[in-house]
Amino acid sequence: MADKMIRLLRALFYGVIVRPVLMIMLGLNVRHLKRLSIDTPRLIAANHNSHLDALVLMSLFKLRDLPRVKVVAAKDYFCRTPFLTWFSINIIGIIPIDRKNADKTQDPLTPVVEALDAGFTVVIFPEGTRGDPEQRQPLKYGISKLLETKPEIEITPVFMHGLGKSLPRGEALLVPFVCEINIGEAVHWTGDRTVLMDALQNSFDSLAAEMEPKEWL
Amino acid sequence: MISNYLTEPVHYGLAIVLGLLIAASVIVSVLRMNDTENKHKELADRVKSWWVMIAVFSVALLSSPLVSVILFGLISFLAFKEFISIIPLRRADRRVLFWAYLTIPVQYFFVATGQYGLFIVFIPVWVFFLLPFRLLMAGQTDGFLRSVSAISWGLMITVFAVSHAAMLMKLPLVGGGVGGPALILFLAVLNQGNDVAQYVWGKLFGKHKIMPAVSPKKTWEGFLGGVATTTVMSVLLSFFLTPFSIPFAIAVGIMLGVTGFIGDVTFSALKRDLKIKDAGALIPGHGGILDRIDSLSLSAPLFFHMVRYFYYGG
Repeated sequence: MADKMIRLLRALFYGVIVRPVLMIMLGLNVRHLKRLSIDTPRLIAANHNSHLDALVLMSLFKLRDLPRVKVVAAKDYFCRTPFLTWFSINIIGIIPIDRKNADKTQDPLTPVVEALDAGFTVVIFPEGTRGDPEQRQPLKYGISKLLETKPEIEITPVFMHGLGKSLPRGEALLVPFVCEINIGEAVHWTGDRTVLMDALQNSFDSLAAEMEPKEWL
Repeated sequence: MISNYLTEPVHYGLAIVLGLLIAASVIVSVLRMNDTENKHKELADRVKSWWVMIAVFSVALLSSPLVSVILFGLISFLAFKEFISIIPLRRADRRVLFWAYLTIPVQYFFVATGQYGLFIVFIPVWVFFLLPFRLLMAGQTDGFLRSVSAISWGLMITVFAVSHAAMLMKLPLVGGGVGGPALILFLAVLNQGNDVAQYVWGKLFGKHKIMPAVSPKKTWEGFLGGVATTTVMSVLLSFFLTPFSIPFAIAVGIMLGVTGFIGDVTFSALKRDLKIKDAGALIPGHGGILDRIDSLSLSAPLFFHMVRYFYYGG
């Protein structure tokens, strides 16, 4: 019962608030939306520019697919208060990642593996922290380690541009820019970590090239 | 009841638009019947989008003047957002753009309250003065001229110019009780109809290129056919939507045909400069909102001032 309630709240949150607001305030220009299928649990790997990334990516899924999708997000930002924690986890649908503890005691990707095992599709940001807005960071190797243990998992690369201009890190003032999103073909594990990382990097490069993002001068 | 309803000029005008739209949909569905190669998909998307745009426009026009003004304000917002998203700007301009956005509610407030004096000077005088100042406060002189010019031009085209279409709502009634909504409808039908007419004439008879360096698909045949069609339409519609005399309606028709073309190629030049095909993807089959209103933004102020000068006491 409570579960159904939360599902409904979540559908309402995305369908009635997030999508219309994003559509009017920013405007999402999405290419190849059909590639965003979640027939089987998979990773959606996106570049990271803004705290809005998680919401925007989640809003791309069909409402009926939403209960099967989660997005990783920074614990220190999305879980600042008990209510925000509840809201982020249940309504936005985040998997909180403790960035401060990142490379020490626990593998930060453990909760991602657990979610995949439970049948969820997980949106991750393989560049790690957001870095400078709209500046691409080298991909972290963690994702390849994950695929080594779960080779059946596919990765769907998603390249986004514009959110880092609308709401970059450290800015509280939203200045609307159109957000461009380009979704790539799924990348598969072929038995080698470097090959996987190269394939992912190449995919990001060609997705970026296809939409010719307007960087700041 | 129904016949009573149709005596209103705006309802009559919208009924004509609806008829044209139905005709277009029938033609497209005939074209699509044996269209295995999807050659007419874009055309079909276009017509579908026309239905949505005309539905929104009709609802706004029929509900109340305030709703129409808000709709045009929204169009300005979407167009300005698209504009700054396709032109190269500096990170230092970001906060200035926030202020630039704020000119939209202010400008449309002046429209909604019918304050012509402030409406006409706010952007060309006040914003023109304050924007460069706010921009230099960002403290980066590299690329200053480029940013000032780009943002100013963007505001003129997407906010100041577009708001003239909404301001038609506030032109006082004269003579036969023909008022603002009818003039807006007149402008919108002729301007958008002109785009379609130039396209169709060009497709059917286009041979001699008119401006190959800027817009390789545009032809003299399309241009002249479009202007002629728009002029005829202008005379026909002017009888019940406007207080215009026939010579004036002819002059307005020619003006809208020519300026619509100029607006179109002006934005083509901009898009060529930026090496993009469309300004956005908001409207399936058309591109972005800028691609749809490019000709309107340049025509609207000219139409507004022509009408105001000759028919509403200068």
